[in-house]
Amino acid sequence: MHADITLTVDGRRHQLRVDTRTTLLDALREDLGVTAPKKGCDHGQCGSCTVLLNGRRVVTCLVLAVAGDGAEVVTAAGLAEGGDLHPMQEAFMDHDAFQCGYCTPGQICSAVGMLDEAAAGWPSAATPPRASAEGAVAELDDTEIRERMSGNLCRCGAYAGIVSAIGDAARRTHAAAASGIPRPAREGGRR
Amino acid sequence: MTPGPAPTAPAAPPPSAPGSAPPAGERAAEPAGGGVGDSPPRPDGTLKVTGEFAYSSDLWAENMLWGMTLRSPHPHARIVRVDTAPALRLPGVHAVLTHEDVPGEPRYGLEVRDQPVLAAETVRYRGEPVAVVAADHPETARRALERIVVDYEVLEPVCDARRAAFDPDCPLVHPPGSVPLRPEHNPRGNVLRHQPIRTGDLARGRTVADLRERADVVVTGSYEVGMQDQACLGPESGLAVPAEDGGVDLYVATQWLHADQRQIAPCLGLPPELVRVTLAGVGGAFGAREDLSMQVHACLLALRTGRPVKIVYNREESFYGHVHRHPAHLRFEHGAAADGRLLYAALEIVLDGGAYASTTPAVVGVAASLGLGPYEIPHAAVDAYGVYTTNPPCGAMRGFGAVQACFGYESQMDRLAEALDMDPVEVRLRNAVGRGSVLPTGQRIDAPLPMAEMLERARALPMPPPPEAAPGRVDPLALPGGAGGAGVGASVVRGVGYGVGLKNLCFSEGFDDHSTARVRLEVVGGVPVALVHTAAAEVGQGLVTLQEQIARTELGVRRVALHPADTSVGSAGSSSASRQSHMTGGAVKAACEAVRARVVALARARGLLAGEGGGAVGGADGGVRLAADCLVPPGGAAPVPLAEVLGDAVVEETREFRHRPTSPLDPVTGQGSSHAQLGMCVHRAVVDVDVELGLVRVVALDAVQEVGRALHPRQLVGQIHGGATQGLGLALMEEVQVADGVIRNPSFTDYLIPTVLDVPPMRVEVLEHADPQAPYGLRGAGEPPTLSATPAVVAAVRAATGRPLTRVPLRPEDIALP
Repeated sequence: MHADITLTVDGRRHQLRVDTRTTLLDALREDLGVTAPKKGCDHGQCGSCTVLLNGRRVVTCLVLAVAGDGAEVVTAAGLAEGGDLHPMQEAFMDHDAFQCGYCTPGQICSAVGMLDEAAAGWPSAATPPRASAEGAVAELDDTEIRERMSGNLCRCGAYAGIVSAIGDAARRTHAAAASGIPRPAREGGRR
Repeated sequence: MTPGPAPTAPAAPPPSAPGSAPPAGERAAEPAGGGVGDSPPRPDGTLKVTGEFAYSSDLWAENMLWGMTLRSPHPHARIVRVDTAPALRLPGVHAVLTHEDVPGEPRYGLEVRDQPVLAAETVRYRGEPVAVVAADHPETARRALERIVVDYEVLEPVCDARRAAFDPDCPLVHPPGSVPLRPEHNPRGNVLRHQPIRTGDLARGRTVADLRERADVVVTGSYEVGMQDQACLGPESGLAVPAEDGGVDLYVATQWLHADQRQIAPCLGLPPELVRVTLAGVGGAFGAREDLSMQVHACLLALRTGRPVKIVYNREESFYGHVHRHPAHLRFEHGAAADGRLLYAALEIVLDGGAYASTTPAVVGVAASLGLGPYEIPHAAVDAYGVYTTNPPCGAMRGFGAVQACFGYESQMDRLAEALDMDPVEVRLRNAVGRGSVLPTGQRIDAPLPMAEMLERARALPMPPPPEAAPGRVDPLALPGGAGGAGVGASVVRGVGYGVGLKNLCFSEGFDDHSTARVRLEVVGGVPVALVHTAAAEVGQGLVTLQEQIARTELGVRRVALHPADTSVGSAGSSSASRQSHMTGGAVKAACEAVRARVVALARARGLLAGEGGGAVGGADGGVRLAADCLVPPGGAAPVPLAEVLGDAVVEETREFRHRPTSPLDPVTGQGSSHAQLGMCVHRAVVDVDVELGLVRVVALDAVQEVGRALHPRQLVGQIHGGATQGLGLALMEEVQVADGVIRNPSFTDYLIPTVLDVPPMRVEVLEHADPQAPYGLRGAGEPPTLSATPAVVAAVRAATGRPLTRVPLRPEDIALP
């Protein structure tokens, strides 16, 4: 069975016909030629295919393309707007948070989505109960970052750089918010 | 609508070519320099963080077909009949090939040509390729595989490596005479290589029993190392494109382009020059890509169909589709005097090579020659065996035979310390090698190797804070097993352990190890640009960064571009054995020096430089320097812009670099200076163990490593972190579980690799005692930490539990059950 769906990927709208069993990952990679999300396991175990789906991080190998009909997808490629790297991407460069780079687009999308979850007050298993009751996590320490990023494998073992890069990007974002610089919009609009 | 690299374009764009990502040296944030010793950004970094770097699995070509592989369901069977007709009838299927369709050599292999392109009469491991198909869609290809009929007559599998080595009644994996073994390697039965070493009295007719009587203390141990998987996140994949000249262009993730070419071409019945191999983006390697996987299959299908063919393994297939780290059975005996000084060692090392040779002979050579580790032991008898079984083939993985030996000898050092009631560091200090020490092969260590200093530094590193004392009040995430571990902290014990690893760097045993670099200097857009061309595989280690750094340092230019790695330049050798910084780094340096000499000569010829000046020595050509895009004459004369010196001239030089020659090991005595260079890492692990649940949390895993010279300090630390992380994985979780020849856990749900939660902050200290034999004095760094991390973690768990722990990876029952 096939279905006609619409996907907006990195700001570009696509209409396509897919077998209803097609994953979002295969629709992106094979039908649309969007290869920023990587296929590492195809079973939701490695996190390499993470994108932002309507602003939330998902592993696209576990989402059917038809379930994403009408959705907005932002990949690592879409985070770099107009050729300017996203602060998270800059932080990954600055902290040498990758080696082979295969997990990196997924790590970066996951990290960007994770910072939004934390800013929205979503607790993690590492969040003390009272912190979540206050509605927002004030500061993402390394323990929080590790817990929240534990779904993204890095076989090169660049975790030290990943943790410090995300902490750095979080501080930069925090500082930007404190200084009145508007944070990039998450929902809607091209990122 | 579907973009992708054009088939004739380089698969992975030259990462820093003008017009793509800005060269690292031009990045505004980067301080001037970016040469050797700095830590400039990776030139491929921008593409990697944006997801635009083209990995081998991202390739696409117009009119492309998908290849897929039918694999044996049995570990050992005779093929009675293959019927491909039902698959061929499926619409969308363009080719179904079996061994009968291989036009050239039916077999290939890195060291021994024993692995069939497609199985003919016999399959020798589960997952062995039997047929390949090309179809218009992956789903069509998958359905075609289901329609291929293969009748098998199941044979008895050979699963026990010790039996394969020592039982004369064990069935043979390969019929006698069918495998062109090197005769010096004792081609008896299933033994692929036996390498003995005899030193001291044990070379003079005395027996181990004699020495045992002279020792004050004797420790023996049987140890096992499980099969570890490289688990590269990027699967085996590539794109083969048929060419008009009858050849084929292959874009593939590999570690060694020319070894691929050398093996592929004979199977296709083509001369090597018609098999052009270009490196595609590599999603991790760690040894798994040193052997061929889908290369010949994709080329066969492309040549048969006349269309580009792409093959991408899925994760389960990947577990069957590449070689693993050899599982090892170790029987070690060490004798020492009461003061801790070692007297003798008798080692038996059996490595399970699986169905095909891959690099097993070389792995045996490393395990044997480094079996004693970094310890002075006057009398030694080592017997290392690599055997054929019908288990999955094993070959290269980071550490390459030295990892297995290291778990054995370090476990023995801890056992000796316990027997002597001595501090484990002290035992190691009393027997530590250093410059001037002699390995059991007779090779003298002639470069600095400050093991004692490294141990002292590791011991002096600050300790992490002690664990929370009050049970029930502990953050569950800080407990072994984490929040899901169900512990409350009442049975958590802390332990500290040490591990020291000694690794050969570069290829050993007389191999003609070399690399080639072509460097071109010319003026582009008014500025001098160096173009560096090698066939070296960037696999994530950051070699592309180092190549640019070396060119900047040697040629004084700001802009460096890298040509894609391909076979149109001479071999760079493999991205393995921690060798590329040394070998390709050395080749780039040599080519740059040759270019520099010509630039100086050009300047003289054009009257821009007075005087005679001498030849090229070190960084100076007659006192002339190249710096900041200028030629700087000696004696304070005004610098001349290189653009002016060069004008329209293009200066290009190609150089091969070789490390000093090494010797094979004598097949009887094991004597020979087999190694070019040695590396060492010391790890100290701190663990918390829930002794009731058998769960371990690594609290700290700190390293001291001797690196000779740090060319890129930041990337270097990344290598040490990465190596340690894989060593931690082997200690605590990583094992390809093989039962009766079948992999039971071919997924990332069941084969566990360390996550960010499993890896502690890792402090790294590097020592830089230059090796006078190596360019810039450097030593490769990727492998030594993989050796030392594993025994350090296990030693720490032993310290916490008192259990013997003779097998890695540790299992909860090994720790918790009496």
